[in-house]
Amino acid sequence: MNFELIYNNFFIILSGLDETLKLVVISLSLGFIISIPFALARASSIKILSQSAYYYVFVIRGTPLLVQIYLIYYGLGTIEFIRESFLWFVLKDPFFCGILALVINTVAYTAEIFRGGIQSVTKGQIESCKSLGMNRFTMYIKIILPCAFRQALPGYGNEMILMVKSTSLISLITIMEMTGLARNIMYKNYAPVEAFLAAGSIYLFLNFLVVQLIKFLEWKYNPHLRIKT
Amino acid sequence: MIRFDLLIFGDTGWGDELLISSIMTILVSLSAMSLGVFVAIFTTWAKISGNLILKIFANFYTTVIRGIPELLVIYLIFFGGSASIMYVAKIFGYNGYIELNAFTMGTISIGLISAAYSTEVFRGAYSIVSKGQTEAAQSLGLSKLHTFTKVLAPQILKHALPGLGNVWQITLKDTALVSVTGLVEIMRQSRIASNVSHSPLTFCLSAAILYLILTTFSSKIFNKLEEYSNKNNVAA
Repeated sequence: MNFELIYNNFFIILSGLDETLKLVVISLSLGFIISIPFALARASSIKILSQSAYYYVFVIRGTPLLVQIYLIYYGLGTIEFIRESFLWFVLKDPFFCGILALVINTVAYTAEIFRGGIQSVTKGQIESCKSLGMNRFTMYIKIILPCAFRQALPGYGNEMILMVKSTSLISLITIMEMTGLARNIMYKNYAPVEAFLAAGSIYLFLNFLVVQLIKFLEWKYNPHLRIKT
Repeated sequence: MIRFDLLIFGDTGWGDELLISSIMTILVSLSAMSLGVFVAIFTTWAKISGNLILKIFANFYTTVIRGIPELLVIYLIFFGGSASIMYVAKIFGYNGYIELNAFTMGTISIGLISAAYSTEVFRGAYSIVSKGQTEAAQSLGLSKLHTFTKVLAPQILKHALPGLGNVWQITLKDTALVSVTGLVEIMRQSRIASNVSHSPLTFCLSAAILYLILTTFSSKIFNKLEEYSNKNNVAA
């Protein structure tokens, strides 16, 4: 093992961190917003809504992310009317293709996590909302969604870690983020272990931060569970 | 556009190639899953044995594997696997050239990833089986081996089955990543076919449908297994 090589590689791979972070932050925040209506649809009593949301989740969770990325990056561009429409502006750029694939993927998983949260809200809370004369919108915004989010936090933390790991696949459609740079070093210097250690430690640190963030959010939103000192 | 004529069996279509590649995906997933469960038995034992050093090693392994991207692990095995095996062989006095084929490398890398997840499943299942079971077995005079094989293992397996079903789905989907090493499974085959025929949409969609069939079918099998393992449950 060559420690000088690890040290040098570390900074080369670190230069891909901003690309990785961009992918993670954009896709997670978009995914978070979009998954709320999906989760509501999945938990709703209107059959056609819950059924279509179910099939969306079923298809996305049943196929590998790599297939979805390739389908969007290579597949969609060959459809004539997409190439002529404004969508082509988005789809010709591998970065936006990557974001699109990651968002589509994370929405399915997150919607399923949030559905569990929404369904865990007890009937008593909904009844008390109604007895206070709240309309449905206020009830969802003020009571159900905050409670559901709190309940879903541990699961959502796992999904965030999975997303940090998933961004590595975007390197396969020419975006040079950390895994892509690590692969280049493995090719060029034939130093697989050194590149692996350098990239792996950054990913581990990122995920460590995610775990701390989730721990903090759980602490913040569960004041009743805090140990009183 | 989607061209169905490319999907027929025979020389002009890619149907038979896709079928063979699906079998390859199943084979890699099965061998990786078996390797994963085999490794997980030891890492779980390391975690619960009470030996601090073993526990630290096992925790380190599962944390690292679950915290870094699967693709990096695959690259490590792909670029470093043969070299490290030759290094070990040199110690034992063999100086020849050893090359791991794509199947072995895929099995090892996906198997090591799946082992980390299986470990957590087994550990969770072990913690559910109550301590009284071990004590009861000991009071009946069962040896340590018999306590494990006759009393603990069947119960752990039963509790672990739903979790193992999830690990299987993850493993099956992770095999798509092995395509970067050149192993001709569904993903690789559909990339080859779309490059040759210039119809990526057709083959990306076929790959997605093939994976969907595999995951749906295997979740049906796991449901059946769970039903079977729960048939002796007494309704509370």
